[in-house]
Amino acid sequence: MTGTVSRHATGTVRRRGAAEPAWVRRILIGAALAFLALLVFAPLAAVFHEALRKGAGAYAAALADPAARAAIRLTLLAAAIAVPLNLVFGVAAAWAIAKFRFPGRSLLLTLIDLPFAVSPVVSGLIYMLVFGAQGWFGPWLIEHGIRVVFAVPGIVLATIFVTFPFVARELIPLMQAQGSEEEESAIVLGAGGWTTFVRVTLPNIRWGLLYGVVLCNARAMGEFGAVSVVSGHIRGLTTTMPLHVEILYNEYNFVAAFAVASLLALLALVTLVLKNLVEWHAARAAVVPAAESTEPAPP
Amino acid sequence: MARSRQIRVLPGFGLSLGFTVAYLGLIVLIPLASVFLKSATLDWGAFWATVTAPRVLASYRLTFGVSFLAALVNGVFGFLVAWVLARYSFPGRRLVDALVDLPFALPTAVAGIALTAIYAPNGWIGRLLEPLGIRVAFTPLGVGVALVFIGLPFVVRTVQPVLEDLDAEIEEAAASLGADRWQTVTRVVLPTLAPSLVTGMAMAFARAVGEYGSVVFISGNMPMKTEITPLLIVTKLEQFDYAGATAIAVVMLAVSFALLLLVNVLQSWSSRR
Amino acid sequence: MSIEVRNLSRRFGAFAALDDVSAVFPSGKLVALLGPSGSGKTTLLRIIAGLESADTGTVLFEGKDATARSARDRRVGFVFQHYALFRHMSVFENIAFGLRVKPRRERPPEEKIRSRVHELLGLVQLEGLAGRLPGQLSGGQRQRVALARALAVDPSVLLLDEPFGALDARVREELRRWLRRLHDEIHVTSLFVTHDVEEALEVADVVVVMNHGRIEQVGTPDEVYERPVNAFVCNFLGHVNLFHARVHEGRAQIGTLEVEAPAHAAARDRQAIAYARPHELDIERTRTSESGIESTVVQILPVGPIVRVGLRRSDTGEPFEAELGKESARRLGLTVGERVFARPSNLRIFAEDYVI
Repeated sequence: MTGTVSRHATGTVRRRGAAEPAWVRRILIGAALAFLALLVFAPLAAVFHEALRKGAGAYAAALADPAARAAIRLTLLAAAIAVPLNLVFGVAAAWAIAKFRFPGRSLLLTLIDLPFAVSPVVSGLIYMLVFGAQGWFGPWLIEHGIRVVFAVPGIVLATIFVTFPFVARELIPLMQAQGSEEEESAIVLGAGGWTTFVRVTLPNIRWGLLYGVVLCNARAMGEFGAVSVVSGHIRGLTTTMPLHVEILYNEYNFVAAFAVASLLALLALVTLVLKNLVEWHAARAAVVPAAESTEPAPP
Repeated sequence: MARSRQIRVLPGFGLSLGFTVAYLGLIVLIPLASVFLKSATLDWGAFWATVTAPRVLASYRLTFGVSFLAALVNGVFGFLVAWVLARYSFPGRRLVDALVDLPFALPTAVAGIALTAIYAPNGWIGRLLEPLGIRVAFTPLGVGVALVFIGLPFVVRTVQPVLEDLDAEIEEAAASLGADRWQTVTRVVLPTLAPSLVTGMAMAFARAVGEYGSVVFISGNMPMKTEITPLLIVTKLEQFDYAGATAIAVVMLAVSFALLLLVNVLQSWSSRR
Repeated sequence: MSIEVRNLSRRFGAFAALDDVSAVFPSGKLVALLGPSGSGKTTLLRIIAGLESADTGTVLFEGKDATARSARDRRVGFVFQHYALFRHMSVFENIAFGLRVKPRRERPPEEKIRSRVHELLGLVQLEGLAGRLPGQLSGGQRQRVALARALAVDPSVLLLDEPFGALDARVREELRRWLRRLHDEIHVTSLFVTHDVEEALEVADVVVVMNHGRIEQVGTPDEVYERPVNAFVCNFLGHVNLFHARVHEGRAQIGTLEVEAPAHAAARDRQAIAYARPHELDIERTRTSESGIESTVVQILPVGPIVRVGLRRSDTGEPFEAELGKESARRLGLTVGERVFARPSNLRIFAEDYVI
């Protein structure tokens, strides 16, 4: 008992029963870091190195290119539609699944996860089969002059599909763990359904919600396979940033390709920072009430 | 009837469930069903010929074979990384811990061109391997590197929390009973972690099988040699061969669903243990 | 095997878990390390086991220095507070573990392992459960498996960390009597950590009372209960009343009561504190030859077989409590507000250097 409390206070671990000798520890740390360096750190560094290879001028020029700017706009648009929709869905699904019991609940849970299991390429394909020229609604759409595939709506739909589960997945376990007691007491005290949700539920799930949104947004902006299938690759019109990277890369315009890629890499880094911030907040929120209820630590 | 009716104190059940099911149906289920409806219109012989064509078979071998090997590599190194992060403190540990999620966060196309850049014969690492006769980019090995990259966080993030929660007393008990460190790790720690390790590897494998963006740049896409199955679907679509693309997609979906099921079973196994 | 620790100190940051602790634990005894949480008892146990290292000091087994020996070489059996059973192994394999991990040339053959495990299962009365996983056992059963596992390697000393801490009250009482009987059978030097006074007094041959990383007193249960060496031990070992007193040349004055205090013969009109347990106070209506402490009855609470009487000193207004048997309470027939005299049958007086 004594030991555990104090170890937290000082951060030093001196358990002799369960420790490797220092040289083994050093070798293992070294091996893990070397592996991560070759596989994870090097590619990240390479993106920025390649992007700035010809200097800041070339980098800026690549990003100022009209097609690049159009790609950035389209990426932001797709994310701006997909993320709020999946956010609303995630909250609704979590409310239904975490707060109520009903037949088919676990099936619903599995179905929500489906888009994660499907290859991005197949995710794109299914929208071709529904809205493409040879698809179910294809002929009707062509007749009425509405374009879905090889156009912005297709890209948005594919993006919604691949980012579908993110928010729901974060919220369901969180809301299940929190139970319904707080909501029930709010209702008993006379609060309405909407007030209960806004004043009681939302504050409790805000970190999980933010976490889900951050992950959802990262995937929405970075999706490649699904969007690639439905895009038609019309430069400046139906290319998102990842697709624009591909076009530039295949044209051997490496500096421009990596310049656009570097924006996406920055997005990934921001995502990681936000993720860690959210985790830190969530951990703190979880620790504080627990710490208050345990016995005080020895002086 | 009225007797068995459950009292629901909280409001919004009908609304939230109704919206959930409708949205799920519109976005996911109906479009997914289109694959199976489309494939039902295919001639069985043509379907079979498409999914067993030599070039397609070669792509299965590559996709599943390399995905499996990548999962094994991640089983070893993912465990190592999780162990080091969970057990040791060293300068920069928090930063390294955060960066392990990079493959989740980095768009796959970016990962693809970056890995190609460093593993190409003139790249940072490719240049060092070239004299040894090892070529990574544009070979199956390159596909493997990309798949290890995208699968790594799955293994680390399933093993690490279990390793952190593992009661130190368990290892102390083994030591006090006379086990040396190696015996403790292999007989006590590893069996306890096995369910989560296998779950993580299955997740990495499932992800690798469907992966497209990070692979197409580094693989070189040579038919029969370095062409993955998802790429074949794209190729067929570009040739407006919707039937062929759908046939292969059905195979991929069947595998994906089987893997989803497997992961669910594994997860319930590891949470039971 | 006897155990001795000399001048052990261990700090965790600014907190001294052990502060220059020395003690001898004689062979074959069942010893309780008793103290409040944070007193250093678990740290002491873990250092003896080799699971933790001391900053300074030595651990001796049978007179030989064992400080540098690792946990696996010390041949101690350690029973963890939460049992630390291997979840993926059956009860049988858990108990056999210590035998199976022995170096090849010391490892007993399979049939020996088998018979030893079954012998231990018999000892802890779990014969039918060899094939179960720990998850399928009750708390008390897990505890006994942990004990059997620790005993399997013939430890020269058995160390138990809060062995009954995680069990509910009923199982706890049953199991501690069983541990006492088991110890009488196997006679392995055993140390167990507890913060439960009743447990220590009932089970142990020797009680070591610890506080703030130091040993306050070592003695038989009777000694530490009846003759505590200081105010802390007196207080920790049971409910006591505290009376402010003055000591002067071998006599102590508590309100209207004056008693001999030979231990304080040298004191010159000093502040002191006198302790008496509630059941050591007699209540009398009238002042007898031996004077009592003049008080007022403020509360009368019958609790099962006893009656708790709340009192207040007439001179200082300090509240205290007496415990009477139901029968004597009935005979006295006290009423609230009545003036009485409380006469202690046992009084421990400590000069005021310790404040609770």
